[in-house]
Amino acid sequence: MKRLALQAGCIAITLFMAVPLYLIALAAFSSRESLNRFPLPLLPTDFSTETIQGFLGSTGVVPAAINSVMVGLSTVILALLIGVPAGYALARYAFRGKQPYQLFLLLTRALPIVVLSVPLARIFLASGLYDTTYAVTLLHTALALPTTVLITSAVFVAVSPEQEEAAQIFGASPLTAFVRVVMPQALPGIAAAAVFTFVMSWNEVLGASILTLNQRTLPAQVLATLSFSPLAYRFAGGFALVVPALVFIAIMRKYLLNMWGTTLR
Amino acid sequence: MSRIVLRNLVKTYPGGDRRATDDVSLEVAEGEFVVLVGPSGCGKTTLLRMVAGLERPDAGTVHIGDRDVTGVSARDRRVSMVFQSYAIFPHMRVRQNIGFGLAMRGVPRDEIARRVADAANLLDLSGYLDRYPSQLSGGQRQRVAVARAIVVDAGVLLMDEPLSNLDALLRLQFRAELKRIVQKIGTTTLYVTHDQAEAMSLGDKVAVMRDGRIAQIGAPLEVYDRPSDRFVGGFLGAPPMNFFPASVTDGPTLSVGNLTLEAPPSLATLAGQQVTVGVRAEKLAVSATQADGFHPATVEVVEPTGASVLLTVAFGGHELKVQAPPTFETRPGDTIWLRTDPQSLRFYDPETSLALSPGPGVIDAPQS
Repeated sequence: MKRLALQAGCIAITLFMAVPLYLIALAAFSSRESLNRFPLPLLPTDFSTETIQGFLGSTGVVPAAINSVMVGLSTVILALLIGVPAGYALARYAFRGKQPYQLFLLLTRALPIVVLSVPLARIFLASGLYDTTYAVTLLHTALALPTTVLITSAVFVAVSPEQEEAAQIFGASPLTAFVRVVMPQALPGIAAAAVFTFVMSWNEVLGASILTLNQRTLPAQVLATLSFSPLAYRFAGGFALVVPALVFIAIMRKYLLNMWGTTLR
Repeated sequence: MSRIVLRNLVKTYPGGDRRATDDVSLEVAEGEFVVLVGPSGCGKTTLLRMVAGLERPDAGTVHIGDRDVTGVSARDRRVSMVFQSYAIFPHMRVRQNIGFGLAMRGVPRDEIARRVADAANLLDLSGYLDRYPSQLSGGQRQRVAVARAIVVDAGVLLMDEPLSNLDALLRLQFRAELKRIVQKIGTTTLYVTHDQAEAMSLGDKVAVMRDGRIAQIGAPLEVYDRPSDRFVGGFLGAPPMNFFPASVTDGPTLSVGNLTLEAPPSLATLAGQQVTVGVRAEKLAVSATQADGFHPATVEVVEPTGASVLLTVAFGGHELKVQAPPTFETRPGDTIWLRTDPQSLRFYDPETSLALSPGPGVIDAPQS
């Protein structure tokens, strides 16, 4: 009985996630006319790439997608470069101001971007970074850092310091001990932080809209053109926004399973 | 193989209100097995970590062999260590775990393979070399940790409570095995434990620590038989040593409550003084019937342990633990008879708790 309820719950959650994805994929791969038909068929009866081609063909979409990928990957790299050492320091060392530091990290997420937008735009205008992907990358890195730092520090806490000490006793330098012993074990968690960061950057629209005019990321581009676009464009845009995040998660899945699964393979 | 010489080691942890080790000096001869034993917080692990190079002493020096290694980092000390949590690497197979130290030192591949095979053989791990630690039992993981430590052939082997995470039965088994292995390889060993039975059974020497200092160091039986203070007598041995107050009267005899016990002749120098008498539970002779030289005691608790019967008795107004033969039959409330052999009594100053030396031949001066 309990088992049954559990399975029912799993199915419900799966449907909750999968049905919208299915519907949007269905709409994105239907012809323009079939979208206006009523009732809409729930099975892919007339498969067509017309809608998605139309979307990809519209002005600014492909450059915006490239921008999004660039910003996403740069944000991941930058956030990891800064966040992983910070997470390690939080996990391993007791230092003055450690608690306030952790709290402060979270506080950066407490300010809405709308509030920050004017000063941010001003700073980027003054520094000449306005309307570049760098500006968006910097903003996204700032937004992603708290989660990166907190996730990686939780991961490093899970690797006992005794393992690092053991590595050093047996002849490893502190750096070698970190690379050979800590990193391999922290990789799943770091991958999770990377996924989180990439998806966050890919989906972030407000900051990207404010800081760019011509160098839009995909969500900003779609948002800018959404109000005066046909229905088909919206479905295709939605699909294009969802897919890369799903692909990225699928690639990182192996590491995520390692983190949450019971065994290391 | 190298000897270890520690001189006047002082260490206070940041934020600690007292010294973790307080001016400790200790010498471990080449090939000797010394056990540091004491209650938690006594500084034994700190001392070990300073030998390993994982802690820096505030003052004092550490010599390994003839080299002063006080300022040398852990990896350049050429020591080997077994950690309490095993600290084996979960992402490496057993083979890589054991060979880690050799790989770090740039030993050629075929030699690593050979030495890992030897060590695995010695610890019954030959069939598990390609497994990951998560596929091993706790006992096997501990074997991996020991194999990793002995394979590098370091001059000094350090062990930090290596058996404390094993269950009781396994601990007993592995204890004997560990002793056999260490005897075979003959490395200088410093071993930390809070388990007095482990300390007694493993060490060539036992150093009992308390509050950052070594209270007594010596051969296990000597420390057991002649504790230098009440703390050591109470810490080593199960049950702990019995202590009760007595006054020395001319003769010399000891008066305990309304009883008068025979005392060693050398105690005459302390006539008229109060002493604390210490006696081991198994050094008390028990009789069910009255006999010459025996004194009455009332049985309070009877605990059969199989090999013997542990009695808690009231003797001259004090509670004592007495170890009787397994065949000895008695019940709570019975009166039994005890004889205290004057030679097996130890005497302590009631004020300082330190062993008294009332003349030669009774108690040697405590070593420190």
